[in-house]
Parts: sequence; structure tokens; C-alpha cells
Amino acid sequence: MKPFEYTRLSTDDLSSDTALYDTTFLAGGTNLVDLMKYGVEKPDAIADIGQLPYDQIEEFADGLRLGALATNADTAYHPAVKNKYPVLNKAILSAASSQLRNRATNGGNLLQRTRCYYFYDTAMPCNKREPGSGCAAIKGFNRIHAILGTSASCIATHPSDMCVALAALEAKVHILRKGATLVMPFDQIHRLPGEHPEKDHNLEPGDLITHIELPNEGFSQNFEYLKIRDRESYAFALVSVAACLKVSAGKIEDVRVALGGVAHKPWKLKEVEHEFIGKEASTENFKSLAEKLIKGAQGFGTNNFKIPLVKRAIVRALNNALNPS
Amino acid sequence: MMLNIGNKQQRVDGPQKVSGSATYSADITSQFYHAYVLQSSIACGSITALDTSAAEAFEGVKGIFTHKNLPERLKNRVDYTDPLSPPGKPFRPFYNNKILYNGQPIALVVAETFEQARYASSLIKVTYKEEEFKGSLYENLKNASADRTPDPASNRGDFKKAFKNSEYTITQEYRQSRNYHNPMEPHATSVEYKDDGSIVVYDKIQGVGSSLKYLNGVFGLGADKVQVKSDFVGGAFGSGLRPQYQLFMATLAALELKRNVQMVMTRAQMFSFGYRPEVIHTMKLGCSKDGTLQALSHRTVGETSTFEDFNETIVDWSGLLYKCEHVNLEYELTPVQSYTPLDMRAPGGVSGVYALECAIDELAHEAGIDPLEFRRKNYVDYDQNEDKPFTSKELMACYDRCEELFGWKNKKTSSENEPHLLTGFGMATGSWEALQQPASVSLTMDENGMFTIKCATADIGTGTYTVMSQIAADKLGVPIEKIEFKLGDTAYPDSPIEGGSWTVSSVGSAVAGVCKKFQYRIADVWKRNNPDYQQVDFDAILFQDGNLEYDAKTFSFAEIMQQASKEELSIAHNEAKIEGQTTHSGYAHCCVMVEVTVDQDLGIIKVPRIVNVSAAGKIINPKTAENQLLGAMIWGLGMALREEGMVDSKYGRIMNANFAEYHIAVNADVHNIHAEFVEEKDDKVNPLGAKGVGELGIVGLASAISNAIYDATGKRLRKLPMLLDDILEV
Ligand SMILES: Cc1cc2nc3c(=O)[nH]c(=O)nc-3n(C[C@H](O)[C@H](O)[C@H](O)COP(=O)(O)OP(=O)(O)OC[C@H]3O[C@@H](n4cnc5c(N)ncnc54)[C@H](O)[C@@H]3O)c2cc1C
Ligand code: SF4
Repeated sequence: MKPFEYTRLSTDDLSSDTALYDTTFLAGGTNLVDLMKYGVEKPDAIADIGQLPYDQIEEFADGLRLGALATNADTAYHPAVKNKYPVLNKAILSAASSQLRNRATNGGNLLQRTRCYYFYDTAMPCNKREPGSGCAAIKGFNRIHAILGTSASCIATHPSDMCVALAALEAKVHILRKGATLVMPFDQIHRLPGEHPEKDHNLEPGDLITHIELPNEGFSQNFEYLKIRDRESYAFALVSVAACLKVSAGKIEDVRVALGGVAHKPWKLKEVEHEFIGKEASTENFKSLAEKLIKGAQGFGTNNFKIPLVKRAIVRALNNALNPS
Repeated sequence: MMLNIGNKQQRVDGPQKVSGSATYSADITSQFYHAYVLQSSIACGSITALDTSAAEAFEGVKGIFTHKNLPERLKNRVDYTDPLSPPGKPFRPFYNNKILYNGQPIALVVAETFEQARYASSLIKVTYKEEEFKGSLYENLKNASADRTPDPASNRGDFKKAFKNSEYTITQEYRQSRNYHNPMEPHATSVEYKDDGSIVVYDKIQGVGSSLKYLNGVFGLGADKVQVKSDFVGGAFGSGLRPQYQLFMATLAALELKRNVQMVMTRAQMFSFGYRPEVIHTMKLGCSKDGTLQALSHRTVGETSTFEDFNETIVDWSGLLYKCEHVNLEYELTPVQSYTPLDMRAPGGVSGVYALECAIDELAHEAGIDPLEFRRKNYVDYDQNEDKPFTSKELMACYDRCEELFGWKNKKTSSENEPHLLTGFGMATGSWEALQQPASVSLTMDENGMFTIKCATADIGTGTYTVMSQIAADKLGVPIEKIEFKLGDTAYPDSPIEGGSWTVSSVGSAVAGVCKKFQYRIADVWKRNNPDYQQVDFDAILFQDGNLEYDAKTFSFAEIMQQASKEELSIAHNEAKIEGQTTHSGYAHCCVMVEVTVDQDLGIIKVPRIVNVSAAGKIINPKTAENQLLGAMIWGLGMALREEGMVDSKYGRIMNANFAEYHIAVNADVHNIHAEFVEEKDDKVNPLGAKGVGELGIVGLASAISNAIYDATGKRLRKLPMLLDDILEV
């Protein structure tokens, strides 16, 4: 890999923010280091944030704070997560392997990059890796690619499971930008590829994620995280659904549905969810919700199957959430 | 004394492996320069310019090798073949500027560290004149030709007529995608360069003799100039049957730089050479009203490279497994722009039997006969391809035992809570050759009664060290602790390559042979020094616990052999093939049954249960044998539902050259899995009566899963791997 400068950040460094702009943060390294070995990422300087004090998981009156440096494993197994936000527990545990989850951090999980085959191979054209070089996936292998919110320049997906649950829970992300704290709603973190697939998210260089805030409502009674993949463990989602419900007397009081594996960001449409509030929690309505949520979906050949699959997965997930086993 | 053969002996090399002290080829600790290969990014064309200046200037770089500076002596009258080269011209690294496949090695960077070499390789600027990639097997079917393949088993009877007259027929096409070996240990070669210009080569290979032959041919190094060693191999599955390019690279660099050089492939580079080829089968089968198989035709077209004609025994299996008088077998090859395929666990057998066992299932259903009964009905007890009897065949006992264990006739249970889940049962027959090859071994005893037995064979994780120690202990009559079996060194007596599941039968028989010879020697020395016993009949002597026993008297081997000359303490032996190997056909057999569940909405296929019952002659070590079967069965599951080498249709490049996207089966995919053996007595297959089991377990498994999916859903997925989208779309 390309030689790079390595520094370890301490809390003191955070006040003098300018130094951070030209560095790449290293957290667990499970994604970044891989990409450096492949020559996909070639940072000149790396700032190891592993020593910063953002590894706590704290309960507070309005919810739960997940430190950006807490590991995925510690997060999933934290009692508050298990009891109050079981959809998040299930999503995290469906991801990667236990070794990776022990190493991977929450901040890193948010900003992990796509698993598009062509993005990973520097011999291939890819607009995300090398803007303007073309997108080899559109006419190539796109079995793991997006069907929603795609653009002519990129059809990649965001690969995270955790983020799908965080989207459903309507988490907020706390960011340290130039010494000041910025709070971003979860759906504003990631973006659609548009003309600039090289940008995965709306953070600016030097922005440091400090923690993720979960609101009080955790949907601990009626939830499901359904992940459909090519093997029973250790594979990214072809399609995943985080479904959360609040039901009273058979009527939907609140519903959240976020999708993974179908777009450049976790896919969630607040307006569609709103439409179903007050309606009967029935398979018919779940089907209708699914249709509306994936309206305009487009396949690119080998990923066409995702369109019928994701509809059925949404209905299954909502039914499972409604009738916990 | 307790016998070792037939015992679940723990692996004698187990402690070394679990403690990390087993030295694989990349574990040699001399000071090495490290080599890294740059690969082509196009599939076809030529290199027009290659600028290595930036790479040369990079810190730590010691040398760069490309087609521009390949030593002249490696170009003329040089023999690049190895003992398993198929017809054609083997790949010659850096021979010229032509690109034959995407991922071809085009430059070798040697540096002080691996990371320096890897990064420096990315600084090499390559300019190509690119030509169009002409696609994979399917796009090139028009070029299929039987001229490139050896003739399959002869046709018999009148297929056309018999097929026409059959009451029930099926005609179907089955496709298998390309599979990669993916052993845990990546290929590696460490070369130690000695002052006198000789080299010691630690290579990942399934037979050190192959590396030696290759180095002799390419670099002109005689046996006095090169020694090849390979103590441990971390799985190979056929990927080490031929020397791979890291051997060439590390040796070239060591000889040119006169330094120790090591090259370890990356996981991605493990996808830059051989693989199990993509094949397309066309099956036509017909049977009579009562389910008697009347006509069978099997045509297979497989991919090969543009420079070698890689062939397997695929269609012959269809002429062998069931009784059928009218058989037509055809096998053709189509060159594609890729590296040459390579034998992979049960090469050919896996492919041929996959198509056959799916087709048999389809025909049984056409005829309305239970698939197990259909197979029993068409059972055959002689080799129709060769017109020979079998050395032994207890397949019927496998069917019976498997049926009982699995509960083939039981009603499928479906869960009320999960109405979307469909359950299905499927089965298949499997078979693999039981071959014996000539092998040589040597044996030495020391003054303490410790025995060292040497042979240039390999242990690719199969348990050769253990099994040979067991055989020697019993055949000498000593405790197993007294045996040290040594392998993987060209200084040792010749062995066939470790492949074809023939190591136990070949090397094992040679070990048994040398031990018998040594017992005669002990008896001779004993008689010579004990005049009273001159006339004792050899068969009246007992050899056990390291002692010779006669007439209630005990003499220790060590004691007897104190009287022997130094020469008498060592003995060599060449074991030829047993006669039965020519007069009879030797095969191991199995029956495999699986249960699958299919989520009919989401397409998810799971395999909650697999049962395999095998007949493989004498089982020397039930533990290592069961390990082999289970491993092969899990791979069969992977082949059926997971594995696919994805070749991009425009670029001809493998797009999933990593463990995240090339899906091998993982623990979570494996649920209830069971393997066991039935008794099979065989005195013709080899002196041990043992048949190899390294490959058997993978044969048939993919068809059993395919057949079970049909049973569950009524859908025939005539392709591998079978993915959830296939369920959704059929
Ligand atoms: C084989 C494999 C399988 C996997 N399977 C799955 C799966 O099934 N599902 C799934 O969801 N994930 C999966 N993963 C991905 C895994 O979850 C991520 O690699 C991991 O979450 C990244 O976390 P990290 O701490 O190691 O990040 P790093 O690799 O250290 O960083 C990733 C990126 O985030 C940036 N970053 C990290 N922390 C911060 C911060 N606090 N502020 C700002 N920027 C930051 C880094 O600069 C870098 O760009 C898999 C990974 C592998 C290797
Ligand atoms: S889909 Fe996006 S990431 Fe993949 S090749 Fe196209 S541009 Fe690159």
C-alpha cells in the first residue's frame, strides 16, 4: 500500500481543527485498511481516532447515545440496545462476522464504502473511485446493486445493516465540525449518487462523528430486521428491511420501514409511512405500503429480481413485526 | 496389541498445526526478499509500453522482471511442462508482450518488504493495445470441438432407436459455473539461494516431484542444484497439482538476484490461475414403462484456455453408474480467453455425475417411480464402459443404510408457524475411482527401535502423516509412537502426486510393502544369530509391540538388530500396481440424501440435513476419513448453492476474487450433517483393501440438493449455483 503518515489523535488535537482536514480517520480499520491494500483509498496521512473518548454507550432522558468509537459488538450487546432497540441489535448481529464486529466501530460502520465489485478493482472503470471513468456495473454484474435512487453515473448501494436500523429508528448523528457540534438527522447523512458518486455522504473533510443519538421510541414490541443474502452468515444484504410498528386495536399508530441493499443510502420515505398511520395493520395495507415505498424501482439486469423480492420482504418483515414469534 | 488400522487415530501432526509450529511454505524464516506480481488489466491484446522507472526508484526495490528483461536462456528450447500438463503449450510467464487472459502476470517486483513490492508494482505504467474479449463458454459454443478432447468411453448399442422406443424420456440441459479452489493457505514459494548457486525451494505443491520437473525444464537445474520441499500444505484441492506461477517467479528472482526470495500470492491472485471449468451438459434419457433405463446420451462442452486443452473424465460416468445398453457419450472443448482450468476435487466426476443424477431424478419422476427405487432397479454390478467386474461394490448397502438413517420414506414435516416454507427430499449416487499408482519408500531403524519412513508424497491436510504412521505401526508390529513418517522432499523416494484419492492405496501399499520386507529382515538376522531357530517358519513368528515373539519367547527388535550390519538397518521398496487394478475396475461409491427448505416467497434455500453413506473398502482411519467426507459434502453444498466465479462479459475479468463476494459455504450454512461407511471387503483393489475417500463426498451432492428443491417446489433449477433469484424467477 501507499506509504502514509500516521498520527494518533488525542482530545487536545480536536480543538485545533484545521489539522484534521487533510487526514483520513482510522477507527477499527476493517474497511479502510482493506481499501488501502487494494489501492482504492490512497491517503497521504492517517489519524488514528481509536484513543478518543467516544466509545461510551450512555442512557439519557431522551434516549440513548452510542459513541462513534464503541464497537458494533459492544453496541449490539448493550442491555439498553437489546431491550429497548432490539431492531438495532438484530441488524448489527446480522452483519459481517463476530471477529469483524468486535473490531468495527459505529462511526466506521456509517461511513463504510460500497461493496460494488468494480469499485474494489482498480483495473476497472468506476465513477465513484475515479470520477469520469465510467460505471462498469450498469452493464456488468449488478446483482448486489441498487434499484432505487440510482443515476446514470452510479448504481452502487450502501452496504450497512446497522444503518438501516438507525434509519428506521430516526437516529441523529452528532458531528464535530471545526470545533463545533453539528447534529444531522440520519436521513441527511448519506446521499444519492446523482452526478457525484464519489461523494458517499454529506460530511465535510475533517468532520468527526462523535456519537449517534437514538430517540426514546425503540419499537421494542413490534419490530423485525429481515436480511436476505447469499449465505446464512457473513454476506452483505441483497435486500434488507428494518420494520417497526406501533399498533393499537389493530390500527397502525406508527410505522417505520427502512430498506437496505436497494439504494445508495438506507431507503425510507416518511410521507409513505404517514399515509398508513391510522390504517388497519393488514397484509393488504403492507403490500400497498411496499408498492409505494419502492415506486419507480428500476433493475439493471442481474438485479431485476430485487424488485419483486423487496416487496415481499417488506410485507414479511411487517407481518413478523406485527406477530412476534 | 491394539491395532492402529481402523482406529480413530488423532492426527500425529495435530499439535504442530494447532500450535502454529507446522511450517508451511511461507513460514520459512530465512531472510527473504519479497516478490509481488503485477497482473494485466485486459483479457486480450498486447503490451505496447511498460515504464518501470518509478517502481525501480521506489524505496527497497531490488529488481523488476518483465517480458522486456526475461533472460534469453529462458526463451529457447525451454520446457515449461509439468507432469500434469494437458496437450498444448503451457503458459510461459514474461515470454513476450502478448496478453492471453485478464489477470496475467506481466511484471514481478522484488523488494525488501512485501508492502514495498506491492506498492511499487502499482507505479508501473502499462500501455496496451487492447483487443476485444470474446466472451465466456456460452458465447463461444460455436467453436466447440471434439478434436481437442480424448475420446470418451465407447458408445454402445443403438441410442437413437432405444431413445425413440422408450416409454418415458427426458431431454434437458444443465449448466455449471466456474469454481475456484480457495484453499485456506494461499500459494507460496520460498527459495533459499546457496553460495554454490544451488537452491532449496519450499513450494506449495501436491507433489514435490512436479516442482522439480518444472524447475529442471525451465531453469535447467539438475537434481544436484535444486531440492524441493513441502512439509505442510494448507489445503490444495487440486490447485497444487501443477506448479503455479509463484514457483517460477520466486525462482527466477532468486537466481537472477542471487538472493533468497519469497513470493506469497494474495487472495485475489488465487483467482488468477486454474479453476473448475464452466460446463454445459445435454442429457437425453429414456426408460421403459417399468422404469428400466433404455437409452442414455450425455454430451458435455467445457471451457479451456486458448493455449492448453484441459480435459476431464466427465461423460464416462454416465456410462458407468447404471445398467444401460444404449449409450452415447460426447465431450467437447471450447477455448476462451482465460487461464487453463485445473483439476479440482473429484475433477470431471463432480460435473458428470451432477448432470446424470439430476437427469435420473427427472426420468424417475416422469416414470412415476420413487427415485431411490429407480436407482435400485437400474443397479449394475460390472463396469459396462470397460467390460470388467468391479473389485468390489457395496453401493446397494449404502442405499439401504442411507434410506434408514435419513428416513427417506418419512413424511416431510412442515411447520405451521412458517407456512411459506416448503420442504423437500432429494438424493443422488456418488462414485469415485479407486486407483493405485506405483510408489517408492525407504525405511530406517535406529538403535532405539525408532523407525523413519520416507516418501516424496504430500499431506494436503488429508492426514497422510497420520495414516502412514498407522499402517507402518501395524505392518511392522510396533507402537505408533515408534514411527516417524517423513514426506515432501525430493531427496526422498519417488511418489505419485497426491491427487486422485490414491495416496492411501499407493503410498500406503508401499509402506505396507517395506514393513513386510523389514520383518523378513529382522527374522533373518534373528535366525542368523540364533542357530536354534534356523528352521523356523516366518509365518510362525509374531511381530508385536516392537518385539519378535516365538515359542513364548520375546526378542526386542532393537536387541536383534544390534547384530545387524549398518546396511541392514535401512531398506528401500518399490510397490507396483496390484494385478487387480488391470483385471478389475476399482471405484468407491456413496449414496447421499438431503433435506431442503425453500421459502416460496423470498426464494431462500436452506439445507437442514445431509446424510452420506459410503462404501470405500477398508477404512484405515475413520476419523480422518469422516473428516474428508464431511469437508467434501460441505463443499458440495457450496457448489450447489453458493460458488460462482463471476467473469465480466466485457472485460473477461473475475469480479469476485475475494472471500466476501466469492461465497464459499460457512458454518452457519451447515446444519445437521452426517457421514458413515458400510463394510466393504476388497482384496483386489490394492494390498490394503482401502479406497481413497478424499473426493467421493462431493460427488452427487449438488444434484441431491437440486432434486430436493424440485421435491419441495416443483421447480427444476438446471444450473449451478442455484440462487434465490432462480427460485423467484423460474
Ligand atoms: C468481509 C466483511 C464482511 C462484512 N459484512 C458486513 C455486513 O454484512 N453488514 C455490514 O453492515 N457491514 C459489513 N462489513 C463492514 C463492517 O461493518 C465495516 O467494515 C465496519 O463497520 C467499519 O468500521 P471500522 O471502525 O472498522 O471503520 P474504518 O475502516 O476504520 O473506517 C471506515 C471509514 O469511516 C471513517 N470513519 C471511521 N470512524 C469515523 C468517525 N468517528 N468520524 C468520521 N469518520 C470516521 C474512516 O475514515 C473510513 O473512511 C463487513 C466487512 C468485511 C471486511
Ligand atoms: S456502481 Fe458506482 S461504485 Fe460501482 S462501478 Fe458504477 S460508479 Fe463505481
